[in-house]
Amino acid sequence: MIHFFHQMSSPRYFYDFAGRLVPWLVIACVLCLIPGLYLGLVEAPPDYQQGDSYRIIFIHVPAAWMSLFIYMVMAGSGAIGLIWRIKLAEVISIASAPIGASFTFLALATGSLWGKPMWGAWWVWDARLTSELLLLFLYLGVMSLYNAIEDRRTASRAAAILAIVGVVNIPIIHYSVEWWNTLHQGPTVTKLDKPSIHLSMLIPLLLMAAAFKLYYAFLVLMRARCEVLRREKNSRWVKDLVGQAS
Amino acid sequence: MNSLSSSRAFGLLLRRDLLLAFRRRSEIANPLIFFVLITSLFPLGIGADNSMLRAIGPGVIWVAALLASLLSLDGMFRSDFEDGSLEQFMLSAHPVSILVMAKVFAHWLVTGVPLLAVSPLLGVLLVIPAEGIAMLMLTLLLGTPVLSLIGAVGVALTVGLRQGGIILSLLVLPLYVPVLIFATNAVGTTIAGIPVTAQIYILSAMLVLAVSLAPLATAASLRVSLS
Repeated sequence: MIHFFHQMSSPRYFYDFAGRLVPWLVIACVLCLIPGLYLGLVEAPPDYQQGDSYRIIFIHVPAAWMSLFIYMVMAGSGAIGLIWRIKLAEVISIASAPIGASFTFLALATGSLWGKPMWGAWWVWDARLTSELLLLFLYLGVMSLYNAIEDRRTASRAAAILAIVGVVNIPIIHYSVEWWNTLHQGPTVTKLDKPSIHLSMLIPLLLMAAAFKLYYAFLVLMRARCEVLRREKNSRWVKDLVGQAS
Repeated sequence: MNSLSSSRAFGLLLRRDLLLAFRRRSEIANPLIFFVLITSLFPLGIGADNSMLRAIGPGVIWVAALLASLLSLDGMFRSDFEDGSLEQFMLSAHPVSILVMAKVFAHWLVTGVPLLAVSPLLGVLLVIPAEGIAMLMLTLLLGTPVLSLIGAVGVALTVGLRQGGIILSLLVLPLYVPVLIFATNAVGTTIAGIPVTAQIYILSAMLVLAVSLAPLATAASLRVSLS
């Protein structure tokens, strides 16, 4: 296990390994996505109150989960990069930021599309919407700080510190807006003993969540491969690789 | 080498920063004028209806305080960075987080305390009743140090950058939100005639958290920025 991690921290080994992993992840993602969409959009019964418009849940909820999950990955690998000076962790951290921001935006956009028929408004200043919006701002802050600093390694360390400060703040932001104002429904899936969502809706939801995770996994590996090439452009193996290609 | 104790270094740095600030008085005055100006724009823009002013008053004053504090942050490390004394602080034998504490404390004394002093005047302008003004001052007393402490992390991350100011606001403002929510909520609840304790406890908890963690994060950020 330790040997594996040691090997993975070498950019060259990572580049090859990730390159071989990506096609499998793409296949697995499609295998989850197609039945997930089919079961969710066609097979699942319409909701007795919300009719068919609830079906956006199969995009909205996994996207919201991913927005938080990716932030934790970004901050966690940023911390690993800061503490143990592992270049690859820095690369993963910064490669995650735009993907996380996109998922956060997707969660906000689908949420407001869902909110219009249900609440009668595109946007309400509700706890979850507000904290998701602030999460988007945190992502944008990390990205703009990273882009503002010229030296790539300094930039990724600065961005990592900001991401970690954000982690301390996310629960505070979340609870502050929760106590401040709330309209959004409570969690329906994480009540493990007796989920208040029917199985015919839960299965496509979990399939979609798995598909989104796999989508993130292959996308972050692809972005990280590009970033590794860019950072290692003066090293021998990259020159050999590019020489082969051209 | 280490003949100077760390607490003495804290005191010396605090005195130096205060002295520098008083030699450039206009830099102290500018955020303060900004604070008053922004607040007085709201009645002009929204209309001078007393009940509405009372309803939005605490929020307006707090948002103006947030922006004024953001405006003054940029100078916290800038001149020390430019003349190289920041690098000397990093090389000194004392923990950087203690030196950071001294600088943040000095910054709060020259920017936060004046805001605190002017706030009753603005409270009167926005027709906030007396208990509300007292609560406003208490929340500013607890909240503005948190703003300076969180802001210090942002300044430390952006100190070497050319367009640092705009990025700084993007980094720092989302982190200011909890302070804003609880502080305005406390003032609003007091104006409604309900006693307030929970919000004050939470603001105090944020202050304790910020005092204990922000200097460490600021020191780490300075190390990254100066490397």
